[in-house]
Amino acid sequence: MSSLRPDLEVIARHIPAGARVLDVGCGDGSLMAALRDGRGVDARGLELSPEKVELCVSKGLSVIQGDANRDLAEYPDGAFDYAILSQTLQTAERPDLMLEQLLRVGRQAFVSFPNFAYWRMRLSLLANGRMPVTPHLPVSWYETENIHHLTIADFRALLAEKGVKTEGCWFFAHDREIGSTGANWWAEHAVFQLSR
Amino acid sequence: MATILTSTSAKLTLPHALPLDSGQALEGVEIAYETYGDLSAGKDNAILIFHALTMDQYVANPHPITGKPGWWSQSVGPGLTIDTDRFHVICANVIGSCMGSTGPASLAPDGQPFGMRFPVITIRDMVRAQVALLDALGIECLHAVIGGSMGGMQALSFAANFGERAQRVLAIATTARHSAQNIAFHEVGRQAIMADPNWQGGAYYATGRAPDAGLAVARMAAHITYLSEAGLTDKFGRRLQDRASKSFGFDADFQVESYLRHQGISFTNRFDANSYLYITRAMDYFDLAEEHGGMLADAFAGTKARFCLISYDTDWLYPTAESRNIVHALNAVAAPVSFVELSAPYGHDSFLLDVPAQDRVIKGFLE
Repeated sequence: MSSLRPDLEVIARHIPAGARVLDVGCGDGSLMAALRDGRGVDARGLELSPEKVELCVSKGLSVIQGDANRDLAEYPDGAFDYAILSQTLQTAERPDLMLEQLLRVGRQAFVSFPNFAYWRMRLSLLANGRMPVTPHLPVSWYETENIHHLTIADFRALLAEKGVKTEGCWFFAHDREIGSTGANWWAEHAVFQLSR
Repeated sequence: MATILTSTSAKLTLPHALPLDSGQALEGVEIAYETYGDLSAGKDNAILIFHALTMDQYVANPHPITGKPGWWSQSVGPGLTIDTDRFHVICANVIGSCMGSTGPASLAPDGQPFGMRFPVITIRDMVRAQVALLDALGIECLHAVIGGSMGGMQALSFAANFGERAQRVLAIATTARHSAQNIAFHEVGRQAIMADPNWQGGAYYATGRAPDAGLAVARMAAHITYLSEAGLTDKFGRRLQDRASKSFGFDADFQVESYLRHQGISFTNRFDANSYLYITRAMDYFDLAEEHGGMLADAFAGTKARFCLISYDTDWLYPTAESRNIVHALNAVAAPVSFVELSAPYGHDSFLLDVPAQDRVIKGFLE
């Protein structure tokens, strides 16, 4: 599993063998394949791009092409032990509703997202007065898929408002895990493990 | 592709009467089928391909009447998507059809053609007949069942009724039930056939007159549903057929008219009108949920097979929503299912045409 992105690797590490998992926005299926091959996890995926679904199917993965904004509603309650949403929350039409769906179809959820309060973002916005374009968020404001930028503090506030429990959280800068102190300043992205 | 693949054309007479959904049973049912590629010693590399309404067992080799390439010859063959060097591919003519399997043109026990005395059959009856073929061939479990359109209905029916006999189920451009619109188009076709005086209540076989005009109209109407508006516009537009201006008459002025007439007439050379009535009826009766207490998910409860569904964005006959409906039912019973909507301009017929993405998905799914 060493080839996985660090946030995905954290998620993979915390999913027990044999679990049933839904990877929402599973991309090319690398996390699903790692979970299946590494620990016999029964992984299913949901992905918008037909080309990526094709890739997943060719890896023997079970992936449905669809739009998480609508199609999560079609899964039964508690169908999965874990629902995973990695780097997708900020692209959702309604991140709050998507969070509810994740915790409806999964007993627990893993959510990862880029932290807009990362110090370089703050500095860039302060100094230039323009929406930051960074290696981690490289697309200009007018064409980015990230329509709901958020910070770690925003996310924690949403969890509190929804009464969602944090089972664990991990923070990353320059693709390396960092401590939780001052994470809202120092972390480029975050992973949360959540439950109801 | 002009190459002729090594294949076996065979005909099996079922040793037992075939029970039908109507409550009747058919004695002495014959099933004509083709096979490609070797069956492994363990009999575990077989793929059963189900054909669509007007197709037949000639999936990869040229059609014996028209001489045209097999209907899926670009995808079935040595080294192709469905690789006959690896897989033993079986394709059987459905019962009710007219290419060698028992249908309304076959002789009834009294030595006369069945005609309308042939019992009304269902998709499940077609599948039962092919399961009987598998029994005769000693094939317990298939590597995969594959079908598009009506073939997809058979694949789904196979999964619902004989699910333990296939490891993979691939259903393309299909539906779990015929909609009012689907039934309506079929009824237009049937009425065209039955309104033809040459139909003679279906007893036309010995009269030297067949309802070709009616069957041609049925085919023309159906053919429109297999294409997309954009596809028709692209192919024909309002272009005129071999003339500089409109004739102010009712000849085939437009290319699209000429094309449809040709489609209709050439169809009558290879298809029996009564078969068209019976097979369209079977499709109209198809409602997989109804067979399982109204819950489509129950049709697939306990299935161990992996599923893959493919739809096309320009298919308005069995639109993507129909495939999603099936996917949701499979999700509800936690069946491993993949689904993708592919983009192609050709409408429902896309699944028969050169769509590289479809080949990639099928190839991946069969691994």
